[in-house]
Parts: sequence; C-alpha cells; structure tokens
Amino acid sequence: MNEENQVYFVDSDTLPPLVLERKHRLEQDPSFRTDHMQYMQGMEVIESDIKDRVLAQMKAFEPDQYTAKDVERALSNTSCSIEDFKALLSPAAAPYLEQMARKAELLTRNHFGNTVYIFTPIYIANYCQNYCIYCGFNCYNNIRRKKLDFDEIEHEMKVIAETGMEEILILTGESRKYSDVRYIGEAVKIARKYFRNIGIEIYPVNVDEYRYLHECGVDYVTVFQETYDTDKYEMLHLLGHKRVWPYRFDAQERAIMGGMRGVAFSALLGLADYRKDALATALHAYYMNRKYPHAEISLSCPRLRPIVNNDRINPRDVGERQLCQVLCAYRIFLPFAGITVSSRESAAFRNGIAKICATKVSAGVSTGIGDHEEKYEGSQEAEAGDEQFEISDSRSFANMYADMEAGGLQPVLNDYIYV
Amino acid sequence: MADTLVLGGHEFQSRFILGSGKYNMKLIKAAVEQGGAQIITLALRRANTQEKESILDFIPKGVTLLPNTSGARNAEEAVRIARLSRAMGCGDFVKIEIMHDAKYLFPDNYETVRATEILAKEGFIVLPYMNPDLNTARDLMNAGAAAVMPLAAPIGSNRGLATKDMIQVLIDEIDLPIIVDAGIGKPSQACEAMEMGAAAIMANTAIATAGDVPAMAEAFRLAIEAGRKAYLTGMGRVLARGGSASDPLTGFLGEN
Repeated sequence: MNEENQVYFVDSDTLPPLVLERKHRLEQDPSFRTDHMQYMQGMEVIESDIKDRVLAQMKAFEPDQYTAKDVERALSNTSCSIEDFKALLSPAAAPYLEQMARKAELLTRNHFGNTVYIFTPIYIANYCQNYCIYCGFNCYNNIRRKKLDFDEIEHEMKVIAETGMEEILILTGESRKYSDVRYIGEAVKIARKYFRNIGIEIYPVNVDEYRYLHECGVDYVTVFQETYDTDKYEMLHLLGHKRVWPYRFDAQERAIMGGMRGVAFSALLGLADYRKDALATALHAYYMNRKYPHAEISLSCPRLRPIVNNDRINPRDVGERQLCQVLCAYRIFLPFAGITVSSRESAAFRNGIAKICATKVSAGVSTGIGDHEEKYEGSQEAEAGDEQFEISDSRSFANMYADMEAGGLQPVLNDYIYV
Repeated sequence: MADTLVLGGHEFQSRFILGSGKYNMKLIKAAVEQGGAQIITLALRRANTQEKESILDFIPKGVTLLPNTSGARNAEEAVRIARLSRAMGCGDFVKIEIMHDAKYLFPDNYETVRATEILAKEGFIVLPYMNPDLNTARDLMNAGAAAVMPLAAPIGSNRGLATKDMIQVLIDEIDLPIIVDAGIGKPSQACEAMEMGAAAIMANTAIATAGDVPAMAEAFRLAIEAGRKAYLTGMGRVLARGGSASDPLTGFLGEN
C-alpha cells in the first residue's frame, strides 16, 4: 500500500475498468513503473555535473545539526556561504525570522531598488500525458480538457494586453502530442504582437527546440523540478515523460545553451522535505550561475494547493512562516536572483513578502484555459478548460498595481528588450 | 573662467549625473531639480513600455538624456540597443553597459571597447561604463570615447570607493573626463571622488533607496560641489601621524 500518498489518489467514475486497474497498479506497485532515472528515447543528454553536486549537498544536509550560533554567524557574514545558507534554512533559524527579513529587505533594496515586476500567466492547453498525482492536469483526472486554437490565443492575449500587462508567461500541460513545440512557437509569435517580454513554462525540451522557441521570441524559461528528492519524485510522478527526473533537471541548462537569457527554478514545497528541496533549488541556481555567469537567475516558491476533484491537497508542514524563512534565506544566499511569488499565496502574504524579498508577482491570474474574458469582463465563454490548481490571490492587474504602489514599491511592467 | 564639464563638445555646469531606475518615476522631476542634474541616465529597456509608463515622459525638458545599453551581453547587442535609442529620439549620447555577469553586473571591458569603437564611428557620444583598468581606459580613449566611467564598487552595493587607487590612476593618466559610476553609497563618498579629481559622479541606488529621494539628490549635489571646489583649490598639507621628525634626517649635510 502506498499509504503516504493516499491523499492524492482520486478515481474518476468515467475511467474504463482496464484503465482504472492500470492506474491502481501504477499507484501501488513500484515494479510496474519505469526507471525514473533513465532517459527516454529522444531526450538529449548533456555534459553536466550540476546534478551530482546538488544531490551531494542535499544528501549531506542535516537541518537539525545547525545551532543558534551558526545562524548568528550566517546573519553577520557579509557574503553567505553554502554552510551559512543551510543554517538559515534550518529549524534553528526560526526564532531569527525577523532579523532574516531585515537583512533580506536590505539586500533586495540594494539590488533591485524599490521596484517590483508584474506579469501574468496564460495557459493555452491543459492536455497532459503524465500522471503526477498532486496535479489537476494529470491524465487520470476527470477535467474539461482544452487546447486553444491560434484565433483563441490571439483573442485571450488581446484581452490580457488591454489591461496594460506587458509581460506574459505561456504555459501548457505537459503533452508533446497535443501541444507540440511548433504550436507553442506559433503562440509565442502571436504573443510578440501584444507583449514585450515572453516567458514559457512548458515540458522540458532539447537544446535545438529551446533555440527555436528563442528565435520565436522567448527569452525566459521556467521549469519546476517539483522535488529534488529523487525517491520521492518517483512516487509522485508515476507515468509519462515527466517521470524522468534527470532530463527535467537539466532543462534550464539546455535552455541557456539554446540561447535563452534567463531561467527560473523551483521546488513545489510540501511534496517532500521542504528544507532539503529549498536547499537544492537554490543550489541548482547557484551552480548554474557559476557555470553560466551571464544567465539571469530566478526562483519561485510554490506551495501545494487544492486541485479540481481533490480539495484535500494542502501545503502540509510549510506554513507562511516557514515559506517566509525559505524566501529570506534565498535572498540572503542569492542577493541578485529574482524571486517570484505566485497567486497560490494570499494577497496579504504577497503584499508583505514584496517588501522583503519578492521581485515579481503575478496578477489577473487564471490557471484555466481560455477564460480570461469571462474572468476580466464577466462575459460567458462557451467552453473553458479546467484549472491546474486553485489560486488564493485573485487580484486584477489594476488592483495589484495599486496595492504595490500603496506599499511604497514601484511596479514595473517591463524592463527588457529582445535583442 | 567657468568650471564646466565638457562631454563630446557639450558643456555642463553640473557634475552630478542622476540615475532614473529603481524608484518611483513621479520623483524624477523633483530629484533632477533638487540635485541640479543636467544629465539623467535611463535604461532603454525601461523605456520600452507603453506610453503612460514610459520613463521618458517623467524626465523634465532641457535635461540631457544619457540612455544606457543595459541588457546587452556583447558588443553587437549594445550597438543594436544604441541604434534603437537614437531611432526613438533619445539623442546621440549613449552610456555603454555590457554585462556578461548576472551576479555582480560587472562590465565586460573587452566587449565595451569593441562597442565604443563602432558607436563612436557612427557619431554617438560614447560614455563607456568599465572596470577601472588603465590599458582598457587607453583603448577606450583611442576608440573615441567621450569620457570613461569606471565603477567604484559593484553596482547597487553602496560600498563606496572600493577601487579608489585604480580610479586615481585613470584620473592621473587619461586625458578624458573620468566619471565615477556605480557603488557610490553616500554623499561623502561622492565628495571624496571629486576631491581626487573625478570629473563627475553618477549615482542611482543611493538616491533611489533613500527615505527622501529629492532630498538625497540635493545632498549629493552639495557633496559633489564641495569635492570639486576642494580639488580646484588644491588640498592642504596633510601631516603624517606623529608630525614632523624633530631631528632632521638631512642635518648632516654641510654647506659645500
């Protein structure tokens, strides 16, 4: 029995018996699953030792070994070593949260001034060929599937651009079959007509495919590793190409090799030991920076959220205080890195964290497919696709802009030129 | 004779170049006025936005724009951004910023020399941001730069004149205005650079992160003026610790 993960398992009554049987076997029988460390056919292998370095550090990290003295040393050092960073992530740092926040605030202001960037995501398809048990898009979840055609994409983008937004993040479910690279490339070309800065958050691809997408107009690539704990990863990603942990890990490096300007890293906090995942996320970015010093680096920090057909999913032991500790530690360790805080978090949390260390927030968010007009203007779209997860902060672009300004920050819609 | 700063044939009374990034654009006008700045830098990538957000609309008339090429990772990208800037009506001045380093944002001297050469030939008034290095400064001068802008410390670090000795070498050896850029954290550091003979100071973060942006701009103006006056006057004699030796070392010398 896979008791630990029972909370994630939901059986749809629309699944035929054979499919249901396969689903149950995947859930309960590890021998029925493929080797998650083996590349699948067509997945490019690159020369890189970053994986090994991150995994070695993660393995050696014992959060309970750090003491108040280690935390104090980390806070008084001018530059933050990996050991200092570990201390800041440890339970011993919890009582120092306010001091960490003050140090983080100072570093953020030095590096970014009073600015905060605002962007919005657009989901253009929610088809998925993977069974990731915590995700609303997973292939066994009974949701309304949709893939926008190019006219619909253009319409959605127009609606979003009319609000004043200039930076967009294009997302798809992870399906090469339904959302191939050409389809995404065409969506990017449409986006160039309406937006000045385009990022993508799609399934990992090979270097030549990243190069093609860059030529279409993308400069930023986000890939969430979900968890850096390879054993845990195996138990959560039961089927599909996403199951291959190392191919996903190398995605940011392949993106930079393909000519992208910047890459974003993240673990989905709450899936595994969040302190170890936070360490690995930041080290992944850190080693990338050392190998590719020109690459712009940013971090995200999503926590688990309820999904369609399963409202029991929650961030588990990662409360707001723990999340704040992780984010302050990120800032102190990587003062130059962008930090994005998504609409998974509440308005109050995002207002507060933007003053400490976040440099980018989303607004006017929908994680559904093709429902921006409905959400922005109240008009009824015939058939929107279901959402990936429930958001917490539903503020419009205008409200977010006003709230950031009221907090003493300068909202920036674009600070980028495609060259 | 008036003490003016001359850049590419243009004369300026103010020696304070104000940055426009990292703070509320509504404060730019007051900062320019209280800082007495006649030149303001702007990142072209920040001006690449819709009209109501464009930083260009917040800069008072009569102030000289110094667009920078931040975001460029090599000479070719810098050249492209500079040409775009001219096409957008930002004038002939350009501050070359080429970073191949996301952590410290250190300028890439080699690429900067290459871009300077291309843009100077195209008639731009080129002000290159650089790591203080004498050979590079000479190369920049030969490539046609109108001034040289060495960094005092990593950008945004507010650490002051960390490269003081290297900057002094440039001031002593290069026949171009030396404008100290980046890392100046407070007015006293600006004053010190001016006392050393710097031609001007460029500051942004120190002002952007102050409690009162226009007031801090004014504080910088006063410090820069004080430092300039001290430099022009000639610094007084500074005794080494312990004063002069009482027994002169040359007392043994006879009359013949």
